[in-house]
Amino acid sequence: MGSFHSRSEEVQELADKTGFTSDQIEHLHRRFKQLSGDQPTIWNLRQAPGGLADEINFEDFLTIMSYFRPIEMDMDEEQLDRFRKEKLKFLFHMYDSDHDGKITLQEYRKVVEELLSGNPHLEKESARSIADGAMMEAASICVGQMEPDQVYEGITFEDFLKIWQGIDIETKMHVRFLNMETIPHCH
Amino acid sequence: MQAKGFGGASSFRALPFLFGVAALLGLLPLLHSHGLQPNPMLASEPPHLYPPGVHGGKPGVVTSPPPENVQDTPPQYKQPSNQSKPTRKAFPVLGIDYTHVRTPFEISLWILLACLMKLGFHVIPSVSNIVPESCLLIVFTENLGTILIFAVVGTLWNAFFLGGLMYGVCQIKGTGLNEIGLLDNLLFGSIISAVDPVAVLAVFEEIHINELLHILVFGESLLNDAVTVVLYHLFEEFATFPRVTFTDILLGFLSFFVVSLGGVFVGVVYGVIAAFTSRFTSHIRVIEPLFVFLYSYMAYLSAELFHLSGIMALIASGVVMRPYVEANISHKSHTTIKYFLKMWSSISETLIFIFLGVSTVAGDHRWNWTFVISTLLFCLIARVLGVLGLTWFINKFRIVKLTPKDQFIIAYGGLRGAIAFSLGYLLDKSHSMREMFLTAIITVIFFTVFVQGMTIRPLVDLLAVKKKQETKRSINEEIHTQFLDHLLTGIEDICGHYGHHHWKDKLNRFNKKYVKKCLIAGERSKEPQLIAFYHKMEMKQAIELVESGGMGKIPSAVSTVSMQNINPKTLPVDRILPALSKDKEEEIRKILRNNLQKTRQRLRSYNRHTLVADPYEEAWNQMLLRRQKVRQLEQKMNNFLTVPAHRLDSPTISRARIGSDPLAYEPKSDSGNLPIITIDPASPQSPESVDLVNEELKEMKRFPPSPEEEEEEEGLVMRASKEPSSPGTDDVFTPGAGDSPSNQRMLRCLSDPGPRPDPEEGEPFIPKGN
Repeated sequence: MGSFHSRSEEVQELADKTGFTSDQIEHLHRRFKQLSGDQPTIWNLRQAPGGLADEINFEDFLTIMSYFRPIEMDMDEEQLDRFRKEKLKFLFHMYDSDHDGKITLQEYRKVVEELLSGNPHLEKESARSIADGAMMEAASICVGQMEPDQVYEGITFEDFLKIWQGIDIETKMHVRFLNMETIPHCH
Repeated sequence: MQAKGFGGASSFRALPFLFGVAALLGLLPLLHSHGLQPNPMLASEPPHLYPPGVHGGKPGVVTSPPPENVQDTPPQYKQPSNQSKPTRKAFPVLGIDYTHVRTPFEISLWILLACLMKLGFHVIPSVSNIVPESCLLIVFTENLGTILIFAVVGTLWNAFFLGGLMYGVCQIKGTGLNEIGLLDNLLFGSIISAVDPVAVLAVFEEIHINELLHILVFGESLLNDAVTVVLYHLFEEFATFPRVTFTDILLGFLSFFVVSLGGVFVGVVYGVIAAFTSRFTSHIRVIEPLFVFLYSYMAYLSAELFHLSGIMALIASGVVMRPYVEANISHKSHTTIKYFLKMWSSISETLIFIFLGVSTVAGDHRWNWTFVISTLLFCLIARVLGVLGLTWFINKFRIVKLTPKDQFIIAYGGLRGAIAFSLGYLLDKSHSMREMFLTAIITVIFFTVFVQGMTIRPLVDLLAVKKKQETKRSINEEIHTQFLDHLLTGIEDICGHYGHHHWKDKLNRFNKKYVKKCLIAGERSKEPQLIAFYHKMEMKQAIELVESGGMGKIPSAVSTVSMQNINPKTLPVDRILPALSKDKEEEIRKILRNNLQKTRQRLRSYNRHTLVADPYEEAWNQMLLRRQKVRQLEQKMNNFLTVPAHRLDSPTISRARIGSDPLAYEPKSDSGNLPIITIDPASPQSPESVDLVNEELKEMKRFPPSPEEEEEEEGLVMRASKEPSSPGTDDVFTPGAGDSPSNQRMLRCLSDPGPRPDPEEGEPFIPKGN
């Protein structure tokens, strides 16, 4: 979908699907073209195996970006709640790399290690113990007191929601899409 | 004297102030005699009471004759004896000389009185911990734009609106105010329009309102200092000019930027110097608090020297130095600084309001109904209109809009305080309107502090405004927030949007790469934020554990979730480590605590300049490290323990497995001294653990870690040795086979953690981290 032939229709379609306005879609499309070098898709820039897809097209790009839309004034309670859940679901998927619906200890450890990977002096020990501590805390929040032989499989989405209760994700997880500059900014 | 810069965190209730004023009325005679007012009584004292010769030439001392001054023998005695012959007094073994201590005595008495009243009306406030303060700073930086707009534009609006309206009122015939010119009114407006940080802080601390509102009003009150300073000086100067030209106004506008940015710059410079100094204080910990106080105060003074904004300098220096100094100084210095500042702020606040009260009671007043009432009215109206207008404007740019409830609280929380009064007090004495201005200022202050301050709490409850969240930040939240930050930075990069996160990220990277290296000592410069946070949390938990250890209750933060719950790799049947019940944990904790306390008591004398590294603190660090390692090694053990109960080759094989695991035995490069329990073997008072350790040390020497060696069965032992060749970590649970002897030994240990374990058993001492 590199060039918009029946532009307005496609734009309208995308707008309905993702909730962006057509201005924003135009902006993003320009940005997409920059990043992809006018190709129809963006390649997996990471060059590491394990990503789910090697390339994404503009529609996927838009879908992902739609998770970062700021909240609007005219949303009611139910819409806000749904919005919030969507964003959290997105985050949850980022943690849960094998997509089995649970964040296991291994996955959590990996996340923390990656977070701290910017620092070469860090020992893996610290990352692990932090992840373990966090997992234990999550278990105690979600399940409370546990018997010694009970096993906590992993953080499910409901538990995840519980942990995030204190944090206002709607206000944090957003990007202002209209103030973008199309600056060549690829690593 | 400018009574500024006394931000503090202590509570204040207006009611004690009422009592204070009542007490002051009682003390009024003393006040008079102290020269607060020129005392007509001075000359009226009969001169013969104090002939110069008798008192060694102290003619200036004036008191209402204190009744218990026995040295002042009644005059009729003095005079004849003085004239007749030189008196010979016996050597005064005990005497009273009230005049000698009078000034500090009375000041202390007043402060004491005020503090006693505070005690009577307050619950002792709980100690705030580090985390909420950093939350406040984050909220502050996120809302900086809003705060600045309120501070600058709001104050300007207040000043001009009020000044203008008052000028209008003054023009009305018949009020007796006609001689007050426009500039005078504008000057008055600029004095009275400043929201006062002390009053705001005192009131808002009490009502526990949500952080956003708190920081909006408080931040505004701090940052409007620059505006106030500029306006005040501007109008004061303009009053002396024959006419005000456009260039003057332009210069005034320019000076605002100079004042505020200059103040910030001075503060930043001092902050950096302070951070840099703190890098080198690791050997002389005692003077660390002194550095912090002095540098902050110097920042304030230097700014005031150049007529820049002292408060902004103070804030800037504090903000800049805080992350680095906190990383560098010891825990004790941190505590000292915190409590010293609280104490000083408490005293200063008390003194400010006492001074206010005294001036109310003893000062010259010129009461003019019209002026005062209209000032009060217009202050309120100006504030409300200003807040409404600005919020409408600001809400266009905010994600989280300010609701009308918020706006009401912001408007209602604009309290005036001692800053306004000081500015008025500083007016030139020859200024004709000074007394009237002061009267009006005091009235407004009283009204806002008493009426608004006292009623804001019920109003907050009535309007159901969101209150402060009391929950601590958990480590999950920290991880998630950081993750989100990273994610958003990435997304912003993809979009090419130079947003909030982009700049924050750039600042962080700059900070990490260059600044931290210069300003933080040693290892901690490389510590990422998550680690530092985790460190702090562990420290706090460990301290909680100790403090509650004696009472035998487990702190609520610690649940019974342990590693087994989240990472069970073993079949439940084979678990050798039974979970410790609460009693056992408590016993172990008690033993630990006793030992640590004993080492602390042995701290020998130290001189003021070299403070020996506190074994208590070190012991804590070691205990933390140990707990951490216990956790890690537990899970490693669980990984490797596939040994069912009766296999015989287990000792060597399992030891081999453990031995081959590089991670378990990697000697920590950053711990110079291998973690040990700081138990002094020579101390005779702790037989139980001492013997244990002795036994273990002896045993350890016979236990090199080579897998091939056939060793006798030792069961679960604890290493306490310092041998470099041995595995660097302590508390290695060398798993024995699941043989009965070792199991029994272990179980015996756990079942009998009493004070006198059998020495020859060499019973292992297992401090189980949670």
